[in-house]
Amino acid sequence: MADQRRDFDQRPSPDALLEAARREESRAGKLRIFVGAAPGVGKTYEMLTTAHARKRDGYDIIIGVVETHGRKETEALVEGLEVVPRKRIDYRGQQLEEMNLDAILTRRPQIVLVDELAHTNAAGSRHPKRYLDVLELLERGIDVYSTINVQHIESLNDVVAQITHVRVRETIPDSVFDRADAVELVDIPPDDLIARLKEGKVYVPKQAERALEHFFSPTNLTALRELALRRTAERVDDQLLTQMQEHAIQGPWAAGERVLVCASEDPRAAGLVRYAKRLADRLHAPWTALSVESRRSAQLTEEERDRIADTLRLATTLGGEAITIPGGDRRIADDLVRYAQANNVTQIIIGKSARSRWFEILHGSVVHDLIRRAGNISVHVIAGEDGDGDPIAKRPAADQTPAFDPFPYAGALLAVAIALGVGELIHPRLGIENVDLVFLTAIVAVAVRFGLWPSLLASVTASLCYNFFFLPPIYTFTIADPTNVAAFVFFIIMAVLVSNVAARVRTQAVTAMARARTTEALYVFSRKLASVGTLDDVLWATAYQTALMLKVRVVILLPENGTIVVKAGYPPEDTLDDADVAAAKWAWQNDRPAGRGSDTLPGAKRLFLPMRTGRGAIGVIGIDSDKPGQLLTPDERRLLDALNDQGALAIERVYLVEDMDRVKRTVEADRLRSALLTSISHDLKTPLASILGAAGTMRDLGGSLSDAQKADLLATIIDESERLNRFIANLLDMTRLESGAIVPNSAPHDLDEIVGSALRRAGKILVRHRIELELAPGLPMLDLDAVLFEQVLFNILDNAAKYAPAGTTIRLQGWRDGGNVCLQILDEGDGIPPDDLERIFDKFYRVQKGDQVRAGTGLGLAISRGLIEAMRGTIGAANRSDRCGAVFTITLPVPTDARRLDTAA
Amino acid sequence: MSAAPPKVLVIDDEPPIRKLLRMGLTTQGYEILEAPNGKTALDLLAQKPDLIILDLGLPDIQGIELLRTIRARNDSVPVVILSSRGDEAGKVAALDLGADDYVTKPFGMDELLARMRAALRHQLQVHGERPVFKVDDLSVDLVRRIVKVRDEEVKLSPKEYDLLRLLVQHAGKVLTHRFLIGELWDDLTDAQYLRVYVRQLRQKIEADPEQPRYILTETGVGYRLRAP
Repeated sequence: MADQRRDFDQRPSPDALLEAARREESRAGKLRIFVGAAPGVGKTYEMLTTAHARKRDGYDIIIGVVETHGRKETEALVEGLEVVPRKRIDYRGQQLEEMNLDAILTRRPQIVLVDELAHTNAAGSRHPKRYLDVLELLERGIDVYSTINVQHIESLNDVVAQITHVRVRETIPDSVFDRADAVELVDIPPDDLIARLKEGKVYVPKQAERALEHFFSPTNLTALRELALRRTAERVDDQLLTQMQEHAIQGPWAAGERVLVCASEDPRAAGLVRYAKRLADRLHAPWTALSVESRRSAQLTEEERDRIADTLRLATTLGGEAITIPGGDRRIADDLVRYAQANNVTQIIIGKSARSRWFEILHGSVVHDLIRRAGNISVHVIAGEDGDGDPIAKRPAADQTPAFDPFPYAGALLAVAIALGVGELIHPRLGIENVDLVFLTAIVAVAVRFGLWPSLLASVTASLCYNFFFLPPIYTFTIADPTNVAAFVFFIIMAVLVSNVAARVRTQAVTAMARARTTEALYVFSRKLASVGTLDDVLWATAYQTALMLKVRVVILLPENGTIVVKAGYPPEDTLDDADVAAAKWAWQNDRPAGRGSDTLPGAKRLFLPMRTGRGAIGVIGIDSDKPGQLLTPDERRLLDALNDQGALAIERVYLVEDMDRVKRTVEADRLRSALLTSISHDLKTPLASILGAAGTMRDLGGSLSDAQKADLLATIIDESERLNRFIANLLDMTRLESGAIVPNSAPHDLDEIVGSALRRAGKILVRHRIELELAPGLPMLDLDAVLFEQVLFNILDNAAKYAPAGTTIRLQGWRDGGNVCLQILDEGDGIPPDDLERIFDKFYRVQKGDQVRAGTGLGLAISRGLIEAMRGTIGAANRSDRCGAVFTITLPVPTDARRLDTAA
Repeated sequence: MSAAPPKVLVIDDEPPIRKLLRMGLTTQGYEILEAPNGKTALDLLAQKPDLIILDLGLPDIQGIELLRTIRARNDSVPVVILSSRGDEAGKVAALDLGADDYVTKPFGMDELLARMRAALRHQLQVHGERPVFKVDDLSVDLVRRIVKVRDEEVKLSPKEYDLLRLLVQHAGKVLTHRFLIGELWDDLTDAQYLRVYVRQLRQKIEADPEQPRYILTETGVGYRLRAP
């Protein structure tokens, strides 16, 4: 046996490991709960005692909120511990005091004491329940000590109510209890507790004194005590289990059990869910709450739908899964069994039918069907307590028209009238048997077109007409012939049945069409989002579509500068009031819904939901409507989730595209930088090599060199040094251009003056070429920076000298062309390849010409273009049309306020 | 003309430059004083140099500041600035503050020597040494106010003559736009006018006004008449 076990996979369960890892490395605070069976056992006292001990150990421990209820011993223990003053909240003229969550967060103690974990906060607090406050404290890394009674635990709520006949409203979800890192049971024997009650040491609210007699009976207390002990033991069991799973110890748990509970609109469904949790815990099995959406669901009232949604939410809170499946036309039992078999369910829990027998005969009982079809699956039929829902006035479901619409009924009567007419026509020829078929046709048409009730009206009316107008004696409501009576009766039955079926089909068709419309709208929305490029468009499309489909007002907020800011809305609006801003920020920071109808800040006007993608939350969407009551039905909530997800994905896509572009630019910049480095290293080393070589030769071989050779070497040194100088100058210019440090110092200048000085400066480079200068006389003065423009000309002349063979002519021409002055530099070299005419102005670009040409830096023309454009001119390159060679054309605008100077003086 | 070799004070923080200048100048018969920083320079001023070569990019004190101090103590000693490429503003500021000429690094020794000679000559010229100025085909008689190009007299307007006279008096030295404007006009500050006059002058005395040989443009700084 043992060997067999060892053959099993001995790896630790991944979930357990994850849990352990999360526990170890998580910075979440630790929760310690002091549990008692009943009030008065001394939980608060115990908590305070522990707190003092911790304080002596050196921990920073403060009191968040502690209820002493006037007990002297407890009050004595409060002394010596720092107390955070409570926050005062005004509620309908009353002054209420609640724990000051923000003050505690600011204070950041190591441990805080929060009494009565199940307490409900006053309206206006950040969270409706104190345990939510505690969860937030834990998330921020603050440890919490708290107290509860066993009846406050959600899954035990029913059981305790059964025992004590007192149902406690304030509960905490089992998940919170299970999340506690340490649970301390504060336990005293029931007799001692009763003695304490008599001594007046137990807090008793005035209203409950009456019921208290029963509550504090020995049997009750014993039962409660046992419950508390057992629940604590279960927790220990769980911890042990997790530990065993962590260390891959095979435990005695039942393999493969799975529990399914049916969540219907029945008020007892909540009790069923709690039972399911207890069963699942005992079996150490996973469990699911299942809701089947049948055609009957379309006819449920608002209240019933809410109840289903609440039940599903309760299931999730208690740690189970909540699933909704669409039902087929078959019975619900069939859907349940199908799901159960598909998911290896071994236990189904269903509530005992509360319907009358008559109803069961007509419509069948889900329970009976289930038991019969369940096969190998065990079925638990639970008798729950009577429902505890508050009586709410029944409101019809939203998709049925509340107002009475006479139109379908009028249509029904019209159809019958038409059938009557037709019947009268064919009666003489085809006989009575075919007349009822005509009426049936009318009834079916009405059922398909108008629904169930108009078709029933049509049935009744048609029957009467049939009787009155066709069955002998005609024009009376009596029937003479017995066979006709039978025919009549069957006619009625058929009419009603057909109405029913047709109406059912129609309802299904209507639902299906509605669903198809929704899907179509979602599809169109998704296509639109895919085609939209900018962030604003995406936000607008999302807001608009959400508002349109859900008939709500929408705002979308995105993060900016560390906070969250309204970026789009429909209808457009960008200011939120304080409560909304707080809710939006909270939803963003905690990645959970906040605002109207949620667990946090329910007083805000809007409901805020984080927009999430796989990478986390990227924004918050807020919705609001004027409809009172619940903001969204569960269906609408699902639709919102779908829209939200699509919107979030589209936004993420836009961000990613921007990131990609940024990365591309960085890559490009890197590429340029490495090109620069390569170019520099080559272009620095080449002249330096010549210089070093020549100087070295001079030094080492000076004696054996002729004067001519020495002169030659010296010329090399000087030429290459000047070349190096020009190269470095180009680099500096390029750097300054790029960093925007070049600001042209423009003033009116004569073109010829600058051309002249540029030619002079380039004299040495142009020594092997002929220069022709032809500037039109009377050219207006141009707004130039003389130094920069001279540099441009120098660069172009340098370029021309490099690429034009020695002895050829370099020609400069200048003339006026309308509002511009043009200057052209033409050479007689090989010209520029047509593809490169624009690219030569790129940085580091050099037309390949072989080793004959002394390579330049590739920067000269780029710098020229940059400088000319800084002076608001243009520069372009082309090939000469009259012969082989390149021509560079610079155009500069003539200043509009060119002044004529008086030079007579 | 003094018989003693002219004393040149070289103020530059870079040893290689100082070495280069020392070698170049001593072979030409100059006596060298070296100062690696402003403080030493001010101390050496006491020895009354005949010319100062000042590097604008000094470590401890801005070149301009030092120039200001030197000029405050000694109004007339010629100063030649060593400047770097692209620092037009610095050059113009130095020239306006009283420097006589500038040379851009890296420079050729011949250029520096020419500028030094021009600066020294100016000193001498003030004391009325030569009345007729001649360079290539251009001759200017400052006493009788006659300008000839290739022995043909050229008619100049009064303003044009004043401009030419200034250039001749400082032949070989660069004159900033501001200096010229200040000398020629009372209230005008726009260099544009100056450029117009220079163009007109060139039209009259230059063989190829677009590639002038006498009146040279120092781009961004001013003008210089070529020294003989």
